[in-house]
Amino acid sequence: MGTRVLLVEDEANILEAISFILSRDGWEVHGHGNGATALDAVARLTPDVVVLDVMLPGRSGLDILRDLRNASETRTLPVLMLTAKGQAKDRDLALSLGANAYLTKPFSNAEMVETLRDVARGVSLNGAGLPEQGS
Amino acid sequence: MLSFDGLVAVCVLYVAGLFWVAFLAEKRAAEGKARWLSSPLVYTLSLSIYTTAWTFYGAVGSAARSGLEFMTIYLGPTLVFIGWFWLLRKMVRIGRAQRITSIADMISSRYGKSGGLAAMVTILAVIGTTPYIALQLQSVTLSFSVFARPGALGAPDTESTAVWVAGGLALFTIVFGTRSLDVNERHPGLVSAIALESIVKLFALLAVGGFVVWGLADGPRDVLLRIEESPIATWTSNGARWVGLTVLSGAAILCLPRMFQVMVVENADERHLATASWAFPLYLLLMSVFVIPIAVVGLHMMPEGANPDLFMLTLPLAAGQDGLALFAFLGGFSAATSMVIIAALALSTMVSNHIIVPLWMRATKGENPMTGDMRRVALMARRLSIAGVLTLGLVYYRMSGGTEALASIGLIAFLGVAQVLPALLGGIFWRGATRAGAAAGIALGFLIWGWVLLVPNAATAGLMQGVLENGPFGLTWLRPATPLGLDGADPLLTAMVLSLGVNSFAFVLVSLFTFPSPMERLMGAQFVNVYEHSRTPLAWKGSAGTADDLLIMAQRILGAGRAARLFRDAAAAQGREARLPEPTPDFLEKLERELAGSVGAATANAMVGQITGGASVSVRDLLAVADETAQMMEYSSQLEAKSAELAQTAARLREANQKLTELSVQKDAFLSQISHELRTPMTSIRAFSEILMKSEDLDAEGRTRFSRIIHDESLRLTRLLDDLLDLAVLEDGRVTLNEGNTMLGDVLDRAVNATSALVGGTRLSILRTRADEEVPLWTDADRLAQVFINLISNAQKYCDAAQPELRIEVLRLPGRVEVEFADNGAGVAPRQQSLIFEKFARGDTAGEAPGAGLGLAISREIMGRLGGGLTYVPGQGGARFRVRLPGRALRAA
Repeated sequence: MGTRVLLVEDEANILEAISFILSRDGWEVHGHGNGATALDAVARLTPDVVVLDVMLPGRSGLDILRDLRNASETRTLPVLMLTAKGQAKDRDLALSLGANAYLTKPFSNAEMVETLRDVARGVSLNGAGLPEQGS
Repeated sequence: MLSFDGLVAVCVLYVAGLFWVAFLAEKRAAEGKARWLSSPLVYTLSLSIYTTAWTFYGAVGSAARSGLEFMTIYLGPTLVFIGWFWLLRKMVRIGRAQRITSIADMISSRYGKSGGLAAMVTILAVIGTTPYIALQLQSVTLSFSVFARPGALGAPDTESTAVWVAGGLALFTIVFGTRSLDVNERHPGLVSAIALESIVKLFALLAVGGFVVWGLADGPRDVLLRIEESPIATWTSNGARWVGLTVLSGAAILCLPRMFQVMVVENADERHLATASWAFPLYLLLMSVFVIPIAVVGLHMMPEGANPDLFMLTLPLAAGQDGLALFAFLGGFSAATSMVIIAALALSTMVSNHIIVPLWMRATKGENPMTGDMRRVALMARRLSIAGVLTLGLVYYRMSGGTEALASIGLIAFLGVAQVLPALLGGIFWRGATRAGAAAGIALGFLIWGWVLLVPNAATAGLMQGVLENGPFGLTWLRPATPLGLDGADPLLTAMVLSLGVNSFAFVLVSLFTFPSPMERLMGAQFVNVYEHSRTPLAWKGSAGTADDLLIMAQRILGAGRAARLFRDAAAAQGREARLPEPTPDFLEKLERELAGSVGAATANAMVGQITGGASVSVRDLLAVADETAQMMEYSSQLEAKSAELAQTAARLREANQKLTELSVQKDAFLSQISHELRTPMTSIRAFSEILMKSEDLDAEGRTRFSRIIHDESLRLTRLLDDLLDLAVLEDGRVTLNEGNTMLGDVLDRAVNATSALVGGTRLSILRTRADEEVPLWTDADRLAQVFINLISNAQKYCDAAQPELRIEVLRLPGRVEVEFADNGAGVAPRQQSLIFEKFARGDTAGEAPGAGLGLAISREIMGRLGGGLTYVPGQGGARFRVRLPGRALRAA
């Protein structure tokens, strides 16, 4: 099995698109459409990497990220944030909260896969190296 | 006998001597050394300008014509000085306390600084004094002619003599009367010259008298015998005339401008008045004691028809005593010149202060009266006034012909200026006296005096003969010579009783019926109660202590450095080694100007005055200070208002800024929302189109599915853009309504059809009551349908009931129609209810439903444009929206 990725995204079409791309690239993709239950999904699935949308019904992606970083099991879990809010301050906020990378919608598929691969390998876009992840 | 040239030479020498005395006195006074100048004796001697050439020569003439009547002229002042000492003291005290510069100033100050009253008294004084000056010129010319031998070489031209005398007097007065604008208007040089002249004229009269008694007659016993034999002894005097003339001369010494000048204005120390109260009557007694002997001896010895007015000169001349005659001439000359000098000075002060300067101020629109420029103007005005007054006297002398009996003109002039008396006495003793009363009294008295006495005396016979004989307009009772038909009475007495009586009556009556202004009341209190209001004024004495005090005060206002520099420079300019200058009038004036630059003229004046003690702070000063303070307060309150205004503006700006910040935050949020709403479908479109492009291996089913997603997301984008544009148009108010006739039921039909087409689903059942929908409308049917479509599609999207239902109810109310859309779902959560009409607001349950959340915002905007409204009706179980259509949309069926 490839790297396990949890995809938290409320837009069904976007979820479908990313799932299709990553599956074909060999990832084990798990989709989740609700912010409120995202943390449960993480605990249940123990993904290697998480793709997290910011604007989610029930719970904001940033809140979820904060909780992930506060919990010892998930403190170093690689996270790629997606957002449709294109402003710099949104990105800065996400990175300061501990996201490993950040992509603004819309993105190219190749760029998304590349970034996610880097994140999963522990290369952090915010410059801080992450401990080695067993893959 | 003395040659005419010699006489002229003596005169010139004498006048030069006067110049020298005046100059010396002025210099010493400036140095503060001349103690003798401020002696009571000098004051008393200066008072004796009362005895003019008219008295000097005319008393003898009067005695020769009418016996002892001349005594009344001495009796009046004597009674005033001895019996009315308290009145004089009060006048002097007021004059010093209020820094009065003339009789006109006194009257106008008392009556609320009335400029009109001052001008009136000034004009009265000029008219009353001009004949008097003419009289002095005449006496000088007459006395000259006595010395001239008719036909001899260098015979005097009497006309040019008068001109030269007038010119010389003008020069003297200008030189010593207008050297500077002294704060207290005192002229030590002039006063000492006048005092000297008083001595000359007294001794001249005594010398002639002694010569007549002991030289021509055989001592007093012989003189008394001669008096017994002369007709003078048999003349019975008219009692009424005696009383009248005594009163008149008593009034004159109070009211004559020149007497006021020496008595009040030039007074250096109030205590001098005590000496004068016995010394001045004594002087008058000495002046009168030889009058009768000279008259009697003169009548006895001189040929029939000789002018008794000139006995003073002709008796010594006839006896071959040229030296004595010359002395007598100088006495008369002194009497004439001293009177003219002081009269010109007093009148010029009045004319310039109350007529020329006010006119100038009006012309130049009231610049600061204390600026140097204004002082120059005032000095120039005073000099011109002196020349003007003397010219007027000269012209009057030329026109009146110059041969009348001297005494009659003098008495007429007395009565003219005496018109001020009621207003003067009333002002000093009666607080109820008002400006209107004073003006009415003076004006009426003056008119009567002018008509009864001045017109017959001054008018050239030809022009006014008819009026003189028949009265104006044939009204004989108005005939000047016999006013009110009082034929046969003494015209002077008649005029006096009539003018002063009417004057006093009008003064009292008008005062009683008019109300004084606040300024008048204040000044009235200051005048009537002068002793309570003023400190005992002392003679101004410069001392080191004063200079020290001045320096302390100056430092407080100018700052230590500037004050020290000012004082040091002044001390150096005075040639003193010391740090402090002598507080001379010049220095005080300079200091006052410096201070005025900082604190205002009036305040500076009051401060310097307070320290030097030269004059106590008068009410005028205080009022001026108050004025300045009021101006400053007004200025500062203007500043206050300005700063309050600025604070308000700042507050408004802060408010606006806050609003802008809020708007900016809202705009950011809105842009962020739009960005999200646009980017979300675009993300799907881009992702799937890339997949389609790069996945050749994709099966047909997948291709179709992905293409549909792209298509749907494109439609979503288009809708979003449409909504945004729609909202922008609605919010800008640029929307054009396409109003027309329609039926409510038809619009609802359109909306229901459209929504079923949009979603294609029939899951939501819509319940309507068609009978209620028969409402004719005048509105934009398309826009109204848009609102209905939005509400129906919202119900389709969000109604979570198992069997979703939408009930559309129409309520016809007076003046409006309400259409309610109620579903059977869970409704909108209470905390969401206030947000649902905001842009991009979507309920919590909106997760799966498409739409950007602009629908309700747009619908509410539309209803606003249509004149109605859209509200959420809470507490109804399901969601219930109420569309309100305004009365104007209702059309009569």
